Amino acid sequence: MDTKKPPVDNNLLATEKHWLVRPKTISWLWRGGMVLLALLVLADFFIHAHHYFDIDGTFGFYSWYGLVTCIGMVLFAKALGIFLKRKDSYYDND
Amino acid sequence: MTMTSFPPGLVLLLGAFLLPIVGKNVRSILILALPLVTLGLVWNLPNGLFAISTMLDYQLILVRSDSLSRLFATVFCIMTFAGGLYALKQKSVMELVAVFVYAGSAIGAVFSGDLISLFIFWEIMAVASTMVILSVGSNVGNKVSMRYLLVHIFGGSLFLVGILAYVLDTGSTAFTSMQPDSFGTVLILSGFLINAAAPPLSAWLSDAYSEASFSGTVFLSAFTTKTAVYVLLRGFPGTEILIFIGVFMIFYGIIYALLENDMRRILAYSIVNQVGFMVTGIGIGTEMALNGVAAHAFTHIIYKALLLMSAGSVLYMTGKRKCTDLGGLFQSMPLTTICGIIGALSISSFPLTSGFISKSMISQSAADANLMIVWFFLLAASAGVFLHAGIKFPWFVFFQKDSGLRPPDPPWNMKLAMILFSGLCIGLGIWPELLYDMLPYPVTYEPYTVTHVVNMLQILMFSGFAFFLMLPLMRRTLTITLDFDWIYRRALPVVLQNAFSVIWKVDSAIRQAFLIRFNQSLAFVARRYQSPSSLLSRTYPAGSMVMWVAVILAAYLILSFISK
Repeated sequence: MDTKKPPVDNNLLATEKHWLVRPKTISWLWRGGMVLLALLVLADFFIHAHHYFDIDGTFGFYSWYGLVTCIGMVLFAKALGIFLKRKDSYYDND
Repeated sequence: MTMTSFPPGLVLLLGAFLLPIVGKNVRSILILALPLVTLGLVWNLPNGLFAISTMLDYQLILVRSDSLSRLFATVFCIMTFAGGLYALKQKSVMELVAVFVYAGSAIGAVFSGDLISLFIFWEIMAVASTMVILSVGSNVGNKVSMRYLLVHIFGGSLFLVGILAYVLDTGSTAFTSMQPDSFGTVLILSGFLINAAAPPLSAWLSDAYSEASFSGTVFLSAFTTKTAVYVLLRGFPGTEILIFIGVFMIFYGIIYALLENDMRRILAYSIVNQVGFMVTGIGIGTEMALNGVAAHAFTHIIYKALLLMSAGSVLYMTGKRKCTDLGGLFQSMPLTTICGIIGALSISSFPLTSGFISKSMISQSAADANLMIVWFFLLAASAGVFLHAGIKFPWFVFFQKDSGLRPPDPPWNMKLAMILFSGLCIGLGIWPELLYDMLPYPVTYEPYTVTHVVNMLQILMFSGFAFFLMLPLMRRTLTITLDFDWIYRRALPVVLQNAFSVIWKVDSAIRQAFLIRFNQSLAFVARRYQSPSSLLSRTYPAGSMVMWVAVILAAYLILSFISK
């Protein structure tokens, strides 16, 4: 396969981090994200609720549904992993 | 021969065999030109049946041209062109030949108007795609490709037996809409579903696609499953069981992708997830749903190829494939990162990307058909797609912890292919009518309403919030997750090995016992007739021999006279 040896630049690691991964930027990203989430929930006051069934027309439905189902899926995957996860060398001797 | 009587797929299928015999420069030109020539032929086809021939008593229709077959053929040509551009520096000519045969037979399958020609192209696809994996040449690759081939030969056999039963039942080989209500049609449906990576034979996809070369996987992701979607769309629209199968595939893809550590296996599971959306839409079967499926297949091929191109670039430049080894690559591969993110946003159906205008048609059709539970599942799945492909893939490959790797962006041709597909993802998101005009039914759907955009942003952003909340639980480990293939890779071999060790023991015991008895009886006979005057050891005079020979010859002479 065509692969090249990855160059590891130690000088780069020693110098200051990329602006995007500095702790300061990350904390700003969190704050901005929180503001965005709040605005999106509040947007429900202004949009014309166009619901197909009953519950999806209620305030903040899409927000909590997205959050809850995702947490549910991660937890389900984690639980399934307890039974089905193996070392990635599992099939190596087959 | 007029233009319309030449099946477009044959340009790639036959052109593929020119690639190994020409020089490097001509090969590059062919790789880029052949898909464009094919695309020209596809777009010049009017509606109707062309290239009709007969084989034995049956009619073969090599070109059935209508908006649906042209739509799939179009995206297959675009895919082959961009994939060819991406693979321009691929050193394995065998892979390039296999890829072109594969693409050509996929286009051939899409245009087939009867079951026999469909079956022929179907099998060429199976062999060609196996060659794509085999061309890697590694030990693992060889084993994987044989597992892959076995599954597809099995699916092909189901399909073939199904065709035979169907022809016996109906006397027709025409490939039209069917109901899975007879032996033949059920087998045909099963054969189709195996290629769509439906359960229980779904693990072939993640098993094989992650072992092809950096460029091979890009092609593999496009043709097999989407040809299966096409034939399901054509053959079994509105078949209710497909809704259940589709919803299962959607969540199977999400859960397994969440557990996965290999970046290309994450994307492979996400193919199953996306094909699940399409299978669900085919099961719903309304005009809106089928339009949505066709549109989603089109956009999916492009953004999935884009995602795999960005993953392929990382593999090509670093030689690494596990999330645990990667991270922080955005600093030195900005273009690959941006293109990967555009693909990730498209697959998550973010507004202004292609996924937004196609997937929402399927969800909308579920609501219109009053399928409440399906609609809630699809909505949760939209959040789940953002979780496993939209954020997880870019996050663990390009961001997360710094791996210290500083590879540059890949060569120009790979960059160009990624830019082209990124442009298509965004272009189709902004101008959906470009795609809507090509769909099989008239489109009345308007994706960009304020409510729809805001609701989609709410669900996606909160899904993203959930990802970062749960990040400690998502830490990558050096693990795989057992899948359905465990049954034929581990359980069956172990069971058979144990069974055979018992069978061999019983077998050898029986032989042993028989041999002892046989020796005993021989000894008995020898003892009984050992004396010089006994039957077996008596001597006979030569004269009696001569007499018996004369008797036999005389009998022969008499018989030959009588038989005349």
